[in-house]
Amino acid sequence: MTTVDTDERRPRRGAELGLLVLALAIGIGAYAVVGLQLTDALPEHFYLVGGAIAAFGLTAHVLLRVLAPYADQVMLPVVIALNGIGLAMIYRLDLGSQVTGGDQNLAPGQLQFTAISMVVAFVVIWLVRDHRLLRRYTYTAMVVGIVLVALPLVPGLGVNIHGAEIWINLFGYSLQPAEFAKIAFAIFFAGYLVTNRDTLALAGPKILGLQLPRLRDLGPIIIVWLVSLAILVFERDLGTSLLFFGLFVAMLYIATERVSWVVIGLLLFAVGAVAATVMFGHVEARVEVWLHPFDAEVYGRDPGGSGQLVGGLFGLANGGLFGTGWGAGYPRLVPFAQSDFIYASLGEELGLTGLLAILLAYLILVERGLRTAVAVRDGFGKLLAGGLAFVMAWQLFVVVGGITRIIPLTGLTMPFIAQGGSSLLANWIVVALLLRISDNARRPSSLPVRGQVAPGGVRAHEPVAVPGGGAVHAGAMPDDAPTAVGGRVGSVDGGGTDTGHGHATDQPTEVVARPSDDDQPGGAR
Amino acid sequence: MTDLTFTLLRLGYLVLLWVFVLSAIGVLRRDLYGTRTASRRDKRADKGAATPAPAPRPAPEPQRGKQPAGPTRLVVTAGPLTGTTIPLGGSAILMGRAPSCTLVLDDDYSSSRHARIFPQNGGWYVEDLGSTNGTYVDEQRIGQAVALGPGTQVRIGQSVVELQR
Repeated sequence: MTTVDTDERRPRRGAELGLLVLALAIGIGAYAVVGLQLTDALPEHFYLVGGAIAAFGLTAHVLLRVLAPYADQVMLPVVIALNGIGLAMIYRLDLGSQVTGGDQNLAPGQLQFTAISMVVAFVVIWLVRDHRLLRRYTYTAMVVGIVLVALPLVPGLGVNIHGAEIWINLFGYSLQPAEFAKIAFAIFFAGYLVTNRDTLALAGPKILGLQLPRLRDLGPIIIVWLVSLAILVFERDLGTSLLFFGLFVAMLYIATERVSWVVIGLLLFAVGAVAATVMFGHVEARVEVWLHPFDAEVYGRDPGGSGQLVGGLFGLANGGLFGTGWGAGYPRLVPFAQSDFIYASLGEELGLTGLLAILLAYLILVERGLRTAVAVRDGFGKLLAGGLAFVMAWQLFVVVGGITRIIPLTGLTMPFIAQGGSSLLANWIVVALLLRISDNARRPSSLPVRGQVAPGGVRAHEPVAVPGGGAVHAGAMPDDAPTAVGGRVGSVDGGGTDTGHGHATDQPTEVVARPSDDDQPGGAR
Repeated sequence: MTDLTFTLLRLGYLVLLWVFVLSAIGVLRRDLYGTRTASRRDKRADKGAATPAPAPRPAPEPQRGKQPAGPTRLVVTAGPLTGTTIPLGGSAILMGRAPSCTLVLDDDYSSSRHARIFPQNGGWYVEDLGSTNGTYVDEQRIGQAVALGPGTQVRIGQSVVELQR
């Protein structure tokens, strides 16, 4: 048994600065090596672009010190490193195409979008001073999410690119609104589940050790299932459909701790997947490409052949353990090497060693998100952080799994690395929200920390009436008991001082005023 | 650019990637925030190296009080809040039924502002705040501030709290 004690909380922003320098070295270093390898000279405007990237990174660090001093210090460097690697690879593919007579020039646009995304991310951090504010917009978020998902179907606005109708054309840019819808849905699911998870978790019969929900509580999951099926059918996009359904099932599980929801989700998914495979040609083609990519017939088919997938696999094989080095591979042979297949491009030039480092960087990012969810005190924040972290991991799994033939190929983008403005912007907003929640989670509070139990401690029990307030659960739900004073007091549900359970707890998130740390009695830290 | 330079750059870049990832993990290791698990080794060192690590301990342990260092937390050992822990900082802890208390007791026999535990001259003291049913230290109703060692049981209504190392 390990003893768990409260640590003294310090912002530790210095560690972030150190990591940030390394992260910038990764991005700018790759940029320089690409130029040296392909043109024997540093890229044009190297100092200007490199300086701008460094300036943006360092400004972000300074802003974080001011706006969210207790925010997680690993997320920003990791994201900047990933973004830098992506930019370098896109620039490398541009150069490669120009050297061989093409005119591909996507890097400047991506650089521009990186700058825009970082600005937007910090505006989000600045505007959303407390993530609990977002709970007020639970149902607004639902409407926004559905509208965003449906936008590509609006005639005149939606654009059909390569068979999938998930883009809209706005001011000459094509945007993928589904990327933003995932944020809106995460907010909606968090707000909805934090209110309703007790019904979803507790009511219903128990069969074979599985706590099944009541039939009428199946409504929401069926609706989300239908929406994701509709995306699959009308927008012909497997990736987005998988993304939303996975997000909902994962958040249901986080909220209720019931395995039965995962089972139900998987069953529904299996039904949907089989039906889609049988009914729709494009899905069937994807599955066939996944299962038999090396068949001559499947390989040569056009459209819908496995040439792209197999090209990516050849690229990965060519990279081997240590890669060919920046600029020395042939990633341009694969269609969409800069967006959908950037993972294969990176695998070819950085090898398995480089890919594993990149995947570990993602793992760190996701771990920090989930850690934030564990540490934050209110149920809404837990669900939101958990959902956002999960959606990033899920998206990565769907992309990498598709390219490495673990699952059928879908059209999702690799967060931060793949070329594409909407994906970049949306994922920076996700990171901004996670940073904001982690700032709240780690900020020292004068109140005891959740989950501190004496050795052999017992879970605390029933909600109890407190004079002058609502029902207050026993146990450590530090942040909210005093916050409720003077505000609207909701039903505070502390869930007890459970240590072993990751059960997210519902707390009065409508009360947003955070008590300042010095006006509390007994400032135990 | 020679092949040698390029190979060095290629491998150097992979090293840089891994240095970044591993130092990020290093930061995480140093900063698993909110919790710290290292203190356990110190405790074992206190007891002497010969003593094996104890199995999961049963709930309240009176003998903990005999350990030398000052208490670090307040633990509720009986009553509806059993198991609740509050880390001891530099300031006082107010107990009672009022929602503004640090430890909000759910107890019909406690007053809204019942008692206060505060540090003074390096020790901790408990003081009754004029409660209706009184505060008991070792089953003695207290009239004034009483010094409180680790493991001393303080009864407030149906709840018992004690300081622990």
